[in-house]
Amino acid sequence: MKQLTYPFSPEAVRELKVGDMVLITGKLFTGRDAVHKYLHDGNKSPVNLKNQIIYHCGPVTMKDKKTGKWTVTAAGPTTSIREEPYQWEVIRDHGIVGVIGKGGMGQKTLDACKEYGCVYLHAIGGAAQVLAEKIKSVDGLYLEEFGLPEAIWELTVEDFPVVVTMDAHGNSLHKEVENSSKEILKTVL
Amino acid sequence: MTKKVPAKRPASKILSKKTIKKPVPKKLDPKAQTIESLLELIRVTSTEIPDDVAKTLMKARSQEEQNTTASYAMNIIKDNIDLAKFKSQPLCQDTGTVIFFVYHPPGFFQNAFKELIKKAVVKATQKGYLRQNSVNSLTGENAGTNLGEGHPSIHFYEHNKKEVEIKLVLKGGGCENVSTQYSLPDTTLGAGRDLEGVRKVVIDAVYKAQGKGCGPGALGVCIGGDRADSAYNAKKQLLRKLDDKNTLPDLAKLEKEIVETCNKLGIGPMGFGGKTTLISCKMTHANRVPASFFVSISYMCWAFRRQGVVLDKKNTIKTWLY
Ligand code: SF4
Repeated sequence: MKQLTYPFSPEAVRELKVGDMVLITGKLFTGRDAVHKYLHDGNKSPVNLKNQIIYHCGPVTMKDKKTGKWTVTAAGPTTSIREEPYQWEVIRDHGIVGVIGKGGMGQKTLDACKEYGCVYLHAIGGAAQVLAEKIKSVDGLYLEEFGLPEAIWELTVEDFPVVVTMDAHGNSLHKEVENSSKEILKTVL
Repeated sequence: MTKKVPAKRPASKILSKKTIKKPVPKKLDPKAQTIESLLELIRVTSTEIPDDVAKTLMKARSQEEQNTTASYAMNIIKDNIDLAKFKSQPLCQDTGTVIFFVYHPPGFFQNAFKELIKKAVVKATQKGYLRQNSVNSLTGENAGTNLGEGHPSIHFYEHNKKEVEIKLVLKGGGCENVSTQYSLPDTTLGAGRDLEGVRKVVIDAVYKAQGKGCGPGALGVCIGGDRADSAYNAKKQLLRKLDDKNTLPDLAKLEKEIVETCNKLGIGPMGFGGKTTLISCKMTHANRVPASFFVSISYMCWAFRRQGVVLDKKNTIKTWLY
């Protein structure tokens, strides 16, 4: 088990390798389809994402009627491949050093990870409660007009569990597993 | 900054019965009582894994090698199941397409019941058992209620029993996206119009899904039917208990074979690599026209949310079906 602690940097994430089980402590920004398209279209991010980690997640959130404070009641990852057309540019233009999601991403993102120093961190899909428990505070809400699951939520997390499945050295666990399962597939079809 | 820390996990058990069901406090009129019961059905479906699925998942967990990413994933899945139940919060933030199957006696008022279901869905959304998860496909608008064209999905069946039975499936988007339909023959796979061809396309679907459907997955399969019925019947197979046995020996055999073969692919939990890729495969068939032969595959993620209740005369929950 390894730890990745805020502030993040391209150097720190370059130390991570495919297969590493990592606990993240620090800041995360959620962003999914609407946010990625928005940033990709050249719009300015409402918050500086340099050296930050973006989390493909549409959380379930509740607002306390009295205090107006938000809490996240469920926060698992969403399928990342939908952001494949946008992700590489968002990494390049916004200086993101980590992408958390599920299901892995494609070659464009893998290349961007290598070139700019970024990793893809696979959270456990569906583990909404375990992951929500690791969220210690909700520090900001941006682009609320996209709807709450699609907005950018600024979160502080502690020991947030992920697995490195695409590293900054061009390795992808998704590719490896796909290739090995393809070989086996040939023998069983 | 990376440093080694020891892994730690809280101990807990998950196969206990549904314990934190809230008692209904006051006497309600029949409609309000039905909404209350439906709300409880939604709560339990969203927050608790049915026992048959939990049992299968825990067996899969014990089979993964220690200190691998696969066992890491299965341990987190277990913790998540425990925690969701304990906190009475959604297992997964994608509370999915809300699909009701209502089995009712003759002379039942379907439209009136639909309205009660809608009210329960809105309430469940307000309470956070369901995420605001329904989007208008033309405008992209999310009304925040989980109501809209086609939502929730409600299917009625008349049965010969006196009581009303309601089953509910919450079908996540990630696993729905890897669900698929094949048309036989499929020349690239060398799959013909027979059970061997069916076997090939189902295994291919699991291979193509890799980890994207939040595996270990469970399949519902329909052989035949037109495109729409085929897909629907495949999904309905998810209502079967994982430990039941297909009454058709050929399909029972094929179900078993597909699970065993898919688990040789080594895709594993979350696609990290590992022993369990599939926890079950349930198959049915429907007649087709001579010109077509569809095979539909409904992929369900590990967060297999399905429950069912029987209502008594007062519309309170009499029994739980899973
Ligand atoms: S596929 Fe299932 S477990 Fe995964 S995010 Fe979707 S609903 Fe959740």
